[in-house]
Amino acid sequence: MKIAITSTGNTSDSEIDPRFGRAKFFMVYDDEKDSYEAIDNVQNVQAAHGAGPQATQSVADAGCGAIITGHVGPNAFNALKMAKIEVFTVESGTVREAVDAYKAGKLKAVDSADVEGGWV
Amino acid sequence: MKNDSLAISIASGKGGTGKTTLAVNLAAVAGEVTLLDCDVEEPNDHLFLDVEWGESRESCVPFPRVDTNLCTGCGECRRVCRFNAVVVLGKQPLIYPELCHGCGACFIACPEKAITEVDRAVGIVERGTFREIELVHGRLNIGEVKGPPLIEAVKDAAAHNGRAAIIDAPPGAGCPAVEAVRNTDYCVLVTEPTPFGIHDLEVAVEMARQLGVKHGVVINRSDIGDDRAVRFCEERGITLLGQIPFDREAAEAYSRGELLVDALPKYRETFGELWQSIIKEARGA
Repeated sequence: MKIAITSTGNTSDSEIDPRFGRAKFFMVYDDEKDSYEAIDNVQNVQAAHGAGPQATQSVADAGCGAIITGHVGPNAFNALKMAKIEVFTVESGTVREAVDAYKAGKLKAVDSADVEGGWV
Repeated sequence: MKNDSLAISIASGKGGTGKTTLAVNLAAVAGEVTLLDCDVEEPNDHLFLDVEWGESRESCVPFPRVDTNLCTGCGECRRVCRFNAVVVLGKQPLIYPELCHGCGACFIACPEKAITEVDRAVGIVERGTFREIELVHGRLNIGEVKGPPLIEAVKDAAAHNGRAAIIDAPPGAGCPAVEAVRNTDYCVLVTEPTPFGIHDLEVAVEMARQLGVKHGVVINRSDIGDDRAVRFCEERGITLLGQIPFDREAAEAYSRGELLVDALPKYRETFGELWQSIIKEARGA
């Protein structure tokens, strides 16, 4: 399965970005190949509205079955649910640390939005 | 253009400068006039008028409905949407009503003709009369974010009735204010002589300029700050239509929901003269 981690940079050592819709990058981790691929989210960072749903579109198009991020708003959450993408949250750390925690089963799936839309 | 069918918008960058006070009192001295309260998020002109209400009509915007039997999930609707309102997940389009502007691009773009237009109500347009004033205002549904289509409906409701129109615009210089001021013959910008007032006046002047609407300034509570509003107008060559000093009695009458021209007779002259200078400026004399 592929997992998208919201990231402030385009490497697996970058700090995670707590925002989903307006994350700088999505680092897509493929657990079969144990490899990372960066998706630049610049288009959504600059979007006036609707960054969350469009970010969902990006990770769905990339074939991800789960995301790891800091917070998720209601619009994004609905889209993620519809796309059957699981949502995991972390407080901080690097992309690689988040993936390790996920693999170790330390991350809990969240089942509702935890912030208001457009919170940052 | 007929002089008696002039459309005069009353706008300001900053809120609370006195747009409503100006709009209702000018309407009260202007004779036969249509007053359009375009502050659809919080219309309040009616609070100052003993309105006899008439027609009330729901106002709708087009919203896309997808026939899932016809949809192939091609994503063309998503590609053409400028407002990020469409996502296509698992071959199913998901449309966010609060992001959709009802522009209609997706109806046209859909190769399967799977999208039809349905009406989505955004608010109501209400009409009423008070003396020689015909009042039209819009009330946006609670939680609704799209004011401009309702503002357009309010303005349409009074188009071509042959009367002069006074358009009370919402504050700011965003889409709702732009929609209210657009295509008017003249825009009165109300400001107060404070740093906040001037800062936002500058933004409002720029809005009027870009819309190509002739404009002038009224300084309300003209004695509470300094002379920077006057200097601003002089430096920019903007017509200063009038200055209204702070008056505690006027503030009290306002707080009771009274027209200043009724409560304090001296304001009949103030607003009468102001209306005449606005008309003169609007005609370009």
